[in-house]
Amino acid sequence: MDNIAIIGLAQTRYERRKKDKIFLDLVYETTTAALDDAGLTIDDIDNVVTVSNDFFDGRTISGMAVGDAAGAYDKNISTVEGDGAFGAMYGAMRVLGGAGTTLVVAHCKGSEGDTATITNGMFDPIYQRHLGINAVTSSAIQANAYLHRYGITEQDIAMVSVKNHGNAKNNPFAQLPMDICVDDVMTSKKIADPLKLLDCSPVSDGAAAIIIADEKTAGRAAKPPVWIKGMAHCADEYFLGDRDLTNPRSLRQAAQKAYAMAGITDPFKEIHVAEIYEAFTYMEPLWLEGLGFCEPGQGPSLLKDGVTTMDGRLPVNPSGGVLSAHAVLVAGLARIIEIAEQLRDTAGARQVTGAGMGLAHGINGPCGQSHCVWILSKEK
Amino acid sequence: MPQRVAIVGTGQTDHKSHRPDVNQREMINEAVVRALEDCEMTIRDIDAIIIGNMDHFESINYVDTWSVEGSGGVMKPIMKITTGGTTGASVAIAAYYHVASGLFDKVLAIGWEKNSESDTTAAIVTCSDPVWDRFSYSGAIPSLASEASAYMEQYGATQHDAARVAVRDRKNAMNNPHAHLRKPVTIEDVMASPMLAYPVKLGDVCPRTDGACAVVLAADGIAQKVTPRPAWFVASAVRHTYTWFGDSTDYDQGLVSLKNASREAYQKAGIRNPADELDVAELYLPYTYAGLKYIEALDFCAPGHGPRFVADGHTEIDGKIPVNPSGGVISTNCIGATALLRVAEAAIQIMGKGGKRQVHGANLALATGFGGCFWSDVVLLCGDRP
Amino acid sequence: MAHEYENHAPMTMRMETPMPYEWSIGKYGSRFFQEIREKNQFIGIRCPGCGKVYIPPRRVCGPCFKELDELVELPNQGAITAFSIVNYPFIDPNTGIQRPIPYTYGYIRIDGADNIFSHIIDETDENKIKVGMRVRAVFKEKDAMQGHINDIKHFEIVD
Repeated sequence: MDNIAIIGLAQTRYERRKKDKIFLDLVYETTTAALDDAGLTIDDIDNVVTVSNDFFDGRTISGMAVGDAAGAYDKNISTVEGDGAFGAMYGAMRVLGGAGTTLVVAHCKGSEGDTATITNGMFDPIYQRHLGINAVTSSAIQANAYLHRYGITEQDIAMVSVKNHGNAKNNPFAQLPMDICVDDVMTSKKIADPLKLLDCSPVSDGAAAIIIADEKTAGRAAKPPVWIKGMAHCADEYFLGDRDLTNPRSLRQAAQKAYAMAGITDPFKEIHVAEIYEAFTYMEPLWLEGLGFCEPGQGPSLLKDGVTTMDGRLPVNPSGGVLSAHAVLVAGLARIIEIAEQLRDTAGARQVTGAGMGLAHGINGPCGQSHCVWILSKEK
Repeated sequence: MPQRVAIVGTGQTDHKSHRPDVNQREMINEAVVRALEDCEMTIRDIDAIIIGNMDHFESINYVDTWSVEGSGGVMKPIMKITTGGTTGASVAIAAYYHVASGLFDKVLAIGWEKNSESDTTAAIVTCSDPVWDRFSYSGAIPSLASEASAYMEQYGATQHDAARVAVRDRKNAMNNPHAHLRKPVTIEDVMASPMLAYPVKLGDVCPRTDGACAVVLAADGIAQKVTPRPAWFVASAVRHTYTWFGDSTDYDQGLVSLKNASREAYQKAGIRNPADELDVAELYLPYTYAGLKYIEALDFCAPGHGPRFVADGHTEIDGKIPVNPSGGVISTNCIGATALLRVAEAAIQIMGKGGKRQVHGANLALATGFGGCFWSDVVLLCGDRP
Repeated sequence: MAHEYENHAPMTMRMETPMPYEWSIGKYGSRFFQEIREKNQFIGIRCPGCGKVYIPPRRVCGPCFKELDELVELPNQGAITAFSIVNYPFIDPNTGIQRPIPYTYGYIRIDGADNIFSHIIDETDENKIKVGMRVRAVFKEKDAMQGHINDIKHFEIVD
């Protein structure tokens, strides 16, 4: 793979309801901020990939609403419907494919629609949707299966909430910085057994943008480029009953491919920081297992042993993660941005010392059916 | 360096107004199986999948992950691209970049729509801005009617001129076993059809169709082994000029997005006289007047000369630049598949697999997509490896 | 067994689930609705780059990629640039039931604006409406207004 890099980035602060902002505002603000970050103008951008979802936006061809705000007038443009990590992947492909410097911008206002209804829409209309299943209830099923299989306790996964909300206190973009303890999580409102309110990510409004460029252009960027060393995505079976919900094999496959691209043979040793798409607490350990950082069932031990805390060997979600801000679609791009900040040494109070190689992760579909893994590096 | 990329196989359903015999995934699978058969591959050979449709037409969220049993995406990379009417072409372009990037060597592009399963106009109405336009908007026809009447006024084109486009495309559809409307029409038939919104009549507009299309793309070095005559990507370009419906006031400039996109593609491909150099064009003409106006934007003829160009037979299958040998959108419109069908049909012509609709000696082909708020996609394919 | 199944007619399943949304209107859009409520007048916005006046007012000019902030008062009148008397039935996604027909969908050039405003014109007789005719907005009573596009009831022909 040719050397390509992230040379500009920006995100909004994530909030429960940005009542004063329409999609155009969010996309324009992050686009111009990413251009400023890169030291570029819109004329330096050759093509634009917007990321949105027609269900969340309540609009068919949702990408149509933000072309002007993304500066795409008279430029090549396309729209990925799905998590921003996947959208960024298409952006990177365009750079590798010779299309020039590419802006990727994602937006979502979870506050404007009904998340339960919208995520019910990803289930099969003939066999499942009428059961009322949605993102939360399906994830509760997955959580139960995972806890049951490995003898993991609700307290074990509650620790993820404590860690990530605590990390969020150092992230000015996070929506839910909180000082909480395991007991707070355990006594928070039961949402869908075994998931309680503090096991769940919030509904959020926000947007994020990155600019990806080839090596030559990266040399002109205002800030140190963050090099893309590996990226891969993969989808598992659709019906929950057709999958082993406790074995994220599509994540494992995507990770192995991304590691191979990046020349990583021992991810636990070679990766210094990771941003994982944990829409619910149990997902962080489960995805860490899929990423090969530990054996199946051992995910919770990583946290108990202090490995994934800020001062551990592999800090996970220093940003506070998706539990602390969950603008759907934007969230995967936000993971990439956080890793880029870490590798630029610009993460402020949440900076992981000596971070040279980082991993970012995004998901699509129910219960992490489809995963996207990015490996980013400070060095070319 | 980007990899060179070619289309090596295509597959499509036999398009119909209703397919109650299959569910959505099964319909997608029909096209996928046919595309794989066409290039003698199995799904195991495919490295990645790109799929597109319009969510609210079937009310399925996350179609990429929902579709995997039909698309063949289990334990494969898959992503969704959606850009409205252009979706199919945008899927093809995304598939091109999947391979050109060097990340994948063999990919599958899928476009589909099962229009019979919802109220198509209601679904199209949801593409309008919910605050400003949705209250009054009534779907695609009135805006196309505005475009058509402005064009007639500017150049003195007539309803008869437009009807010739329907006559041509519906005649061509007789040669395409997959086409939805396979019944020829006359100018008189079109003129006598019910007026939907002046000057657009029922005979001027595309039908609503259930159907899917799949295309297999492969990298240089593999493509030549898979098929004796791959259809190589030469260039692609996209323009989306407007975000707001009310900003599209420059009707008298022609279809600006198509003009700018095609200029970029022609320049990349070194094409100076498209009507002379292109051998065949599969154009996304959602209604007949587009068959007059859009060929001007594509520089097949001068502005205002579209009606004469069509009347003189230059766009017939044996003409200077045959347009829509497949029968085009006026004969088949399964929206998310429609623009991919244009790319697939252009590839079919280059691969020499057109059967009764084959244009003799086709080597350089143009495919276009058209959609929401004057969005245009352009793809150029060639029999010669670039 | 196989042909026994083939004799069954294919079945379908209906879904009529409503999907609620609450969309933000934005800073300038909100000003637009305040203006019609307070003054029964419109407000547009001028681009510092190309000088175009847009209605409804928005924050960004796409072609110039410039941020706009110069609001421009506009009258509640204009001319028809295109219209369509809609006579085909379809489900209105705003309500979930069929939109009453016929109705006239109109493209209106508000005096002083460079783009087009779309709304409903209360004339469905094709002999009484043509392009170029002058129209005027008819508003709801102030107390009945709720920051919705139908605070403008429709446009009426004033020629």
